[in-house]
Amino acid sequence: MGGFLVQILNGLQYGLLLFLISSGLTLIFGVMGVINLAHGSLYMIGAYLTYVVAGATGEFWLALPAAVIGGLVLGAVLERILFQRFRHRDHLDQVLLTFALILLFEEARAALIDNQFHAVQVPPVLDFSVPVMGGFAYSAYRLVVLAICLAVAACMVAFVERTRLGASIRAAAENPEMVDLLGIDARLIHTLVFAAGTALAMLAGALAAPLQSVYPGMGDGFLILSFIVVVIGGLGSIAGAFWAALLVGLIDTLGKVYVPQLAGIAVCGLMALVLLWRPTGLFSRA
Amino acid sequence: MPISRRSIVGGAIAASGLLAAPAIAQGAPLKIGLMLPFSGTFAALGESIASAFEMHVKELGGKMGGRVVELIRVDDESDPAKAPANVNGLIGRSKVEALVGTVHSGVVMALVQAAREAEMPLIIPNAGNVAATRDLCAPSIFRSSFSNWQPAYGMGKALAAKGVKKAAWVTWDYAAGKESGDGFGDGLRSGGAELTKVLTVPFPETNFQPLLAQLPGLGVEAVGSFFAGGGAIQFVKDYAAAGLRDKLPLCGSGFLTEGVLKPQGAAAEGLQTALHYGDGIDNPKNLAFRAAFKTHANRDADVYAVQGYDAAQMLGIGLAATKGDATAIKDFAAAIRNAKIDSPRGAFTISASHNPVQTIWLREAKNGENRVIGTAAAALADPGTGCKMT
Repeated sequence: MGGFLVQILNGLQYGLLLFLISSGLTLIFGVMGVINLAHGSLYMIGAYLTYVVAGATGEFWLALPAAVIGGLVLGAVLERILFQRFRHRDHLDQVLLTFALILLFEEARAALIDNQFHAVQVPPVLDFSVPVMGGFAYSAYRLVVLAICLAVAACMVAFVERTRLGASIRAAAENPEMVDLLGIDARLIHTLVFAAGTALAMLAGALAAPLQSVYPGMGDGFLILSFIVVVIGGLGSIAGAFWAALLVGLIDTLGKVYVPQLAGIAVCGLMALVLLWRPTGLFSRA
Repeated sequence: MPISRRSIVGGAIAASGLLAAPAIAQGAPLKIGLMLPFSGTFAALGESIASAFEMHVKELGGKMGGRVVELIRVDDESDPAKAPANVNGLIGRSKVEALVGTVHSGVVMALVQAAREAEMPLIIPNAGNVAATRDLCAPSIFRSSFSNWQPAYGMGKALAAKGVKKAAWVTWDYAAGKESGDGFGDGLRSGGAELTKVLTVPFPETNFQPLLAQLPGLGVEAVGSFFAGGGAIQFVKDYAAAGLRDKLPLCGSGFLTEGVLKPQGAAAEGLQTALHYGDGIDNPKNLAFRAAFKTHANRDADVYAVQGYDAAQMLGIGLAATKGDATAIKDFAAAIRNAKIDSPRGAFTISASHNPVQTIWLREAKNGENRVIGTAAAALADPGTGCKMT
């Protein structure tokens, strides 16, 4: 029983990390209608940034603000220069654009850093373990990541559901023309959303760096899982992404433990079932 | 996706050999293709192997079997998809007469295929997939490193000798992990213990939590594992962070702690592994080799350098017997089969399936070194199951 509860905890922790990545993806998808395949690369950039910043300064905690600020700037620049022009193009063009970005980011990483696998050390203050149950301990850092993810999720839901700007974002997702007519600057909202989505993915990468190491193509697996989360949760829904990410994290973890033969397809099976039952996702407003 | 970075650097060794002794007409130089990873995850391994190989060619005066050696380097990028083209380029365009390579188990299959078809000498200086010296063995193919089965067998045997009765094996779900697991199980059984559970994660995933949480409930006394490179760093750290070190001693095939002790830090301290090389082997050959390699390559030798050096020794022995004729496979193979290779790891012989018969050392990680603390298995040969030399 203890073992099962630990696996639930593992699943939740994995799911929360997944939420950080997919929340940005679902916002960008929902508000701008852009399919961003390069989202996994943004996660990788966040992790490599952490490796570089933590290595150069010896201070892991500086990497988190660096990832958020770097993400906001990178996201805003990408949106203004590229994505704005592709908003009304069809999805195939967007796929081509973002696939090209993946290649560019990977080559840039190879040229600027290298193709090696790098470990990032857990910050010294958190370098101890807390016994949980079933003879198993959790590293303190892992628990802190869990708390940070929960806090970010709470802030996001509060922001999107309770604030004026949040209401504008929801409105822009549903009816952009009407938002323009009402005198709200939709362009600004798009830039903001893309910048925030990028910052979230890079923050997720930064937090994950000590947990998963840093290596080329590390975002690929997460990209696919994130799209599954977005589809299950419903396009553009933050709450949907949250619950779907937890569900996917749990199914993936428990699948690996109890039916390892089916681990690869368990999550895809879940997506198929949800699509049959609610074709627009669990939390879609449509 | 990196664009094919095919770098061909030839003649360096030939040139240095010629500088040392004035050229005597020897006919055409003997071209040897070094197909190794010089970029990507395994770049450091490829560089170690190539440097040590070059070093031994230099020791031989730049010649093998009386012919001036010209080394042709090709970066295989550890990419199996590019392997056939790279091999064909070496044989077809560069006209090499012997092949040396490589690190990656998938890429080496293209070399094995080509060496079998062309009946060309091939020395494998790392890749441990058992097939190369089992089902796919051939008279012209030799390995200077290990089969995946060997180090893990040693670890299993050493564990059983310590009185462990039940152990589990944890690895990535791919060939090297599975073959090592087979060796671990055979080693345990040789000492009356058993392998009761094998757990895997997809390659190269590093989310080990779901797997680690299963270990306390398995009812085993020890856990063996095969991971390498970055996965090994993360796994050892996660294992310690999960508080499992005290309850379930972790051990493994030597690659678990090879070249990664620094980033693993305290998490690896005291960890026991088994491999055909280690720190503190103080035979004169090893000491001389380490000093020479340090001068030659300007860094410390590692197990990959040893394997590269021995690949050059084996090729040199075979070609000396045929006076530089790389097509006389029968004599070439017989000479290596009957030789005792004076390796820094300790002298070894070659099995009937052309894999080293070697000592697997038991090592313990201490202060950033894998100190040899004993013998895990002496004169261990790979079973060579399914090998039919024709």
